Amino acid sequence: MSTPVLELDGVTVSYPRPDGFRGAAVRDVSLAVAPGQALGLAGESGCGKSTLAFAALRHLPRGGRLEAGSVRFLGSDLYALSRSELRGLWGRRMAVVYQNPGGALNPTIPVGEQIAEVYRYHLGLDRAAARDAAIGMLERVRMANPGRVADLYPHELSGGMQQRAVIAMALATDPELLVLDEPTTALDTTVQAEILDLFAALRREFRAALLLVGHNLGVLRRVCDTLAVMYAGEIVEQGPTAALLARPRHPYASALLGCVPDAGRGAREGRLASIPGLPPSPGTAGPGCSFVRRCPIARPAFCGAEHPPLYPQGPGRAARCHFAEETPEPGTGAAVAAGGSAPVPAPGAEAPVLHVSGLSFARGPVEILRDIDLRVAAGETLGLVGESGSGKSTLALLVAGLLAPSGGEIRLDGAALAGRSRRRSTLQRRAVQMVFQSPDTALNPRRRVGRILERPARVLAGLGRAAAREKARALLEDVALPEGLIDSFPVQLSGGQRQRIAIARAFVGEPRLVLLDEPTSALDVSVQAAVLNLLRDLQRRSGAAYLFISHDLAVVRYMADRIAVLYQGELVEEGPAERVFAPPHHPYTEALIAAVPRLDGTSAAAGADEGGDAADGEGQARAAGCVFRRRCAAAGPRCAEPPPWRDLGGGHRIRCWVRPGAGDAAGRAS
Amino acid sequence: MAAPAVDLRVGRRARRMPPSLLAGAAMLLAWVAASLLAPWIAPHPPLASDFLALLQPPGPGHPFGTDQIGRDVLSRVLHGGRSVLAVAPAATALGLALGTTIGLAAAYFGGWTDEIAMRLLDAVMALPIVIVAMLALTFLGASTLNVILVIGIVFAPLVARTMRAAALVEVRKDYVRAAELRGEGIAYVMFREVLPNVAGPLAVEATLRLGYAVFTAATLGFLGLGAQPPAPDWGLMVAENQALLTTAPWTVLFPALAIAWVVVGIALVSDGLRVGQGP
Amino acid sequence: MLAYASRRLALLTVTLLAASMLIFLVTSVLPGNVGRIMLGPFAAQDSVDTLNRQLGLDRPVLERYAVWLAAVVQGDWGRSLHFNAPVLPLVIERLGRSLLLAAVTLAILVPSAVAAGIHAARREGGVFDRTVSLLGLSVRALPEFVTGVVLIVVFGIQLGWLPVQALPPEGAGPVEVLRHLLMPALCLVLVLFAYVFRMTRAGVIEALAADWTRTARLKGLPPSVVVLRHVLRNALLPTIAVLGAQIGWLVGGLVVVETLFRYPGIGTLIQFAATAKDLPLLVGCAVAVTAVFALGNLAADLLAASLDPRIRHGSPRG
Repeated sequence: MSTPVLELDGVTVSYPRPDGFRGAAVRDVSLAVAPGQALGLAGESGCGKSTLAFAALRHLPRGGRLEAGSVRFLGSDLYALSRSELRGLWGRRMAVVYQNPGGALNPTIPVGEQIAEVYRYHLGLDRAAARDAAIGMLERVRMANPGRVADLYPHELSGGMQQRAVIAMALATDPELLVLDEPTTALDTTVQAEILDLFAALRREFRAALLLVGHNLGVLRRVCDTLAVMYAGEIVEQGPTAALLARPRHPYASALLGCVPDAGRGAREGRLASIPGLPPSPGTAGPGCSFVRRCPIARPAFCGAEHPPLYPQGPGRAARCHFAEETPEPGTGAAVAAGGSAPVPAPGAEAPVLHVSGLSFARGPVEILRDIDLRVAAGETLGLVGESGSGKSTLALLVAGLLAPSGGEIRLDGAALAGRSRRRSTLQRRAVQMVFQSPDTALNPRRRVGRILERPARVLAGLGRAAAREKARALLEDVALPEGLIDSFPVQLSGGQRQRIAIARAFVGEPRLVLLDEPTSALDVSVQAAVLNLLRDLQRRSGAAYLFISHDLAVVRYMADRIAVLYQGELVEEGPAERVFAPPHHPYTEALIAAVPRLDGTSAAAGADEGGDAADGEGQARAAGCVFRRRCAAAGPRCAEPPPWRDLGGGHRIRCWVRPGAGDAAGRAS
Repeated sequence: MAAPAVDLRVGRRARRMPPSLLAGAAMLLAWVAASLLAPWIAPHPPLASDFLALLQPPGPGHPFGTDQIGRDVLSRVLHGGRSVLAVAPAATALGLALGTTIGLAAAYFGGWTDEIAMRLLDAVMALPIVIVAMLALTFLGASTLNVILVIGIVFAPLVARTMRAAALVEVRKDYVRAAELRGEGIAYVMFREVLPNVAGPLAVEATLRLGYAVFTAATLGFLGLGAQPPAPDWGLMVAENQALLTTAPWTVLFPALAIAWVVVGIALVSDGLRVGQGP
Repeated sequence: MLAYASRRLALLTVTLLAASMLIFLVTSVLPGNVGRIMLGPFAAQDSVDTLNRQLGLDRPVLERYAVWLAAVVQGDWGRSLHFNAPVLPLVIERLGRSLLLAAVTLAILVPSAVAAGIHAARREGGVFDRTVSLLGLSVRALPEFVTGVVLIVVFGIQLGWLPVQALPPEGAGPVEVLRHLLMPALCLVLVLFAYVFRMTRAGVIEALAADWTRTARLKGLPPSVVVLRHVLRNALLPTIAVLGAQIGWLVGGLVVVETLFRYPGIGTLIQFAATAKDLPLLVGCAVAVTAVFALGNLAADLLAASLDPRIRHGSPRG
């Protein structure tokens, strides 16, 4: 075997902690990346995967220090090089693609010039030649109209185009190593699929070995040959990607896989697994196994004292577990013991709790939502899917009365609601509550948990001081939080705990309808699973209707009874979850489903999307006729007319001229 | 389970009282005490002339010397602290109250309210503060109350700017949406939900404005628009004795240093608060 | 850029109009009889009334504002009561001298404060950073006459290095003029230094921590290129905005410094007009100063826009 491009041996990285001591964010990590290989680093936030990646580049953030071990790049010790030797490698032989492409590009310099810098400083090209080379590179990353794009500033590009520019910059000198730090996390699903396709194509054209850091196992599955799963600063399992994901040998890897909702499965088919407890904070791990306190198969006395080495597990595989052979299969065993549950009963066809008809919202000349019709019944979850900018959060704010609609009607249990929350009655306000996306900002940081829950109990439910306190305690129990948290401030809680408080707050006044605006997208996947389960439980107990908004199709599929698909402010498809996920689809739904990277490695293609960058449509004038026409592969001449709703039976309808076509299974009812 | 982390934070805050905060607080305390006790601790009445001791340099009988009509400079400096003590905190409080209300309202309502408020504040701020104060005091007449009102009002736009910027970040957060969702009134949202979360910037702004209030009050005194002779006012004393700068510098230097003492004390407290708040 | 400049120019007009209205309101609506203020408490009521009529004070406020504004725009700024001469030429002569002093101040202030800010930011929390931060914070609220007194006592009297008066004798060469303006300029610099220093420091710290700076470093660019090409451009934007706003303090400071150093600029003229109750002169000075301030802000905004495409394109910063 040839020399590895990158070789880490016993790498330990520490940071100063608030108490003045140093804590190890990465502990004793050894790994190697061979030429042409793609290695994935998987793990949840705080596991040390990004720290490790930047340690491999010798670019640690302020305060970070390599405590032990060595990093060899093409055989030479990276940490023994001088600063100028290092600069000769950076951008020339090792390059980086970042999580947030908007932040990674200098806002005051045209993107072409930023790429040209690499040619000027590393290859000594003059200005004109460097510019030509930059344009050529933009073309190689499939940027449409590269000559024009080169002169644009980053803020004039969509997220997907920005990331293409960053990739062009990274690959400019055909480096040996490319580090990808969550390169698609900030992008919409369809854009993510395009970028992943681009990686696949570029791997054939460029020689770079890849080190991909990510939390999304589907993305890692799609790009990486081998995978290393990190937990609390250590690699707990590594091996060939497909084999590892098919049958993990470490209990954490297994539990993590069990938490991932799969786009093919709904809550009716069983609960998600979740991992109890929290990971140890950096540098506070005990002498034994760092997963011991959350592990379903641990022998606490033994595992808590004896630190497990990486035991070999067959060809190319290793797991840091004394009892690897006992590791349960994902989604089974103790991880699920959090509570198996009866399937949620399907809601009847009674009068809807929420009935939205002809709802529109415009900000100045820009129409954000157009003519939306929706119904949600008691005990039912309507999933609302769409990419960023589709108007899905706006819809929730309109129903909540936090924005006033410019047209249409919102009815709650048959009674029309005023546009603004302040003009609604207290009863109406308590009947419609909302859980927001970010638990960090949804709770007032200056209030204790008790106060956060008591205030709505008094204002909405009209309880007295003592009764409100009782209610707060009861709510904490409902969301499975210890009563002792009642005097805590939000900063003292984890993200998952905060979101549980936010959920409890929404349930203060026995709401009829709860609006859930991306309630788990800021959470790690293991926490997300627990929160989703909690939401299902609360719904079963309270009979509340849910409007569940998400960009994550798998999560929506898991939660929703029915799904509505929103594209640029218009609904394009609506129906029962399992029918929306099975053909025939609206072409946009099809693109969305195809774009989801699956754990079994099946397709993650850009699907119908041939019109270049998915986000290109933003900001342009709304097309006459079908909103999706510009991006639609199946579009025909008829699509210049606004398409009608077509009923496919069973409550499933789509708004399209071309689907279902002649070849589609379902008949054409109407 | 996350409780230990919190104890840590509290403990750290208690342990690490920034030295600049302590030093500044000590300086201010000395000033406040000296001003309050001036009638008892000053060696002479501030207005009493001793015609046998004109322009005495600092010495045993007069530690800070005497001025050209034989008044004891030390006694006048001690009494002069009282007018600053009366003017600066009151003017600052007025400016903070007005500015915070305007700033929070502009941030919370946004849109046209914000646009109009900001244009108006721009216009007020387009006039240099000292000039506005001079214009206004020329018309209103120089009195302690008018100085307080004028300084308070011209500071309001500056405070409003800062508070608006701080509040803009907060009003976009979802806890404000949650409060609206349960039908809280505008005043409750602004002052009970948002205000506590901008208390940090407000405290820093308060010390900053207090420093500038001393600055402005002293400057107005120096320009003859504050206290009138023969009152023992620091700015006025510098102006009155300016001609003696070359021959009897102590008549000018000591009131000037007194101003510096208060200003530096406030600055140190301000720095301490900022450091204590962390990044 | 042109679109931005014209938009900004329209805004300037609006601001100036609003400010002129404020000045006018202060002089006409505030309690206090203008004729009485000008003539003093012992003048006969008859002459007070006559003066008020001459000044047109018996007519409605809006009408008076319109007449006044039209006259100001046409260059008729009224006559100074005390000098018995037109206000405009008087103001222009004094303004010229003050602008010279302001120019010397900015020439010292900007390079020193920006350089110190950059240096402090590159070693954040270091000795230099802490010392300059604390010193700057302490002197920034010291009135100019306080620092001026100390400077005069030390450099003018004890050491005798610099002249105590700011106005150079007739026919002095540029070096002599500079020597005379050095101390008053230093007083103004001390007040403004901390603010410019802190904004630069904060801007550089933020830019150094930005993701795109990491990108530039990991591209393997030399440190000088990273700082000069990538960091400074973005880091100086807030500083430029602050400089525009600080012109207001500068003008306020001129009143004090010019009085202390006996310099016949616009500041002493304002001070004189205020104490002599020469209203036409006072209003004229206020209008001139406001215009200078607004133009300074305009220059700062245009400079910022030339550096930052997001401002030019009218999209929000950040």
